[in-house]
Amino acid sequence: MSDYVPPRSREQVADLHFMDARYKLLDLAAFLDRLDRAAGGDDHRVRGLRAALPLLLEKDEGRVARILTLWSDPSVTPIEKADTKAASGVWPGLK
Amino acid sequence: MRYIEPHGHMVSRTTDDYQAMALAGCAAICEPAFWAGFDRKSADGFYDYFCQLTQIEPKRAAKYGLPHYSWLCINPKESEDMALAADVLALIPEFLKAPTVLGIGEIGLNKNTRNEMKVLEQHIGLAVQYDQMILVHTPHLEDKRKGTRLIMDALKANGVVKPERVIIDHVEEHTIHEVLDQGFWAGITLYPESKSTPVRAVDMIESVSAQRVWLNSACDWGHSDPLSVPKAAQEMRRRGHSAAAIDRLVYGNPVKFLSQSPRFKDPAAQA
Repeated sequence: MSDYVPPRSREQVADLHFMDARYKLLDLAAFLDRLDRAAGGDDHRVRGLRAALPLLLEKDEGRVARILTLWSDPSVTPIEKADTKAASGVWPGLK
Repeated sequence: MRYIEPHGHMVSRTTDDYQAMALAGCAAICEPAFWAGFDRKSADGFYDYFCQLTQIEPKRAAKYGLPHYSWLCINPKESEDMALAADVLALIPEFLKAPTVLGIGEIGLNKNTRNEMKVLEQHIGLAVQYDQMILVHTPHLEDKRKGTRLIMDALKANGVVKPERVIIDHVEEHTIHEVLDQGFWAGITLYPESKSTPVRAVDMIESVSAQRVWLNSACDWGHSDPLSVPKAAQEMRRRGHSAAAIDRLVYGNPVKFLSQSPRFKDPAAQA
């Protein structure tokens, strides 16, 4: 648990952060619309994004951790060799 | 407000950034060795880089009144080449004598490969041999959770490393609790897109005991913000955190961790 969190109401949190969350949600909607206007199917990153959306509506705290975990490589041993230096943002094996 | 920037790649920033950081209240900067954006072809490239970190950058920072410290290693993105890694590791002891070197870092993993693991273990061994602190880079994005666990396992398997002398950097919501629960320090890196934003960082701070946590910008040649630590402090301020709590997080905590090296001098004690 935190050492100390100043008490605040949900209204105060909304006053501080609602507009920020609002524009980010609209940006996400616009991104999904943009994908629809483009040719081809979803790649694994977009599939991961879509798979995460229901987690936003869960009631328990910890949504960020659950989304990051969903997108994570679940294996536990080192791989023999990598074919890239870069990470894509979503584990390619996510179904 | 005063703060420490405990992780900034200043070799890839302009002097304007030093000026802006000093104006924002920065009191000291620490710079871990990292990937230049391309693979260096020989140990000579690292020799020059270590000279830059230990000789040139402290002078550049001093022009803005900022003490500059560094950490040395070959980063995990260049660790696939085991022969190159061996040559670079052989260089490091000479540079550990420099008065501003704080330890070995940022070591860790990138894609969680076997070779990266071997070089990580060699770095840990070097740190133990020379009684150095360790700064850990955890992998990006989907590789972070697995890599963080492999790194902590390697540190514990060494048997000699003291967790309180290790900072595991770039933690996020799915790794911070494990890192702190195992006794390590945790670094939250504030990036505009990847890793954590200042707002999410403050959310994390509000959900853990933050006595072993620091914030850093890890500003480099990519999309990053050298003023992200004071921006996180501003986010704390507007949420109602006290000036003392903010100071403890952005100044007191890094000073507490870094002062485990006798080379690091608390800027407040020098004033």
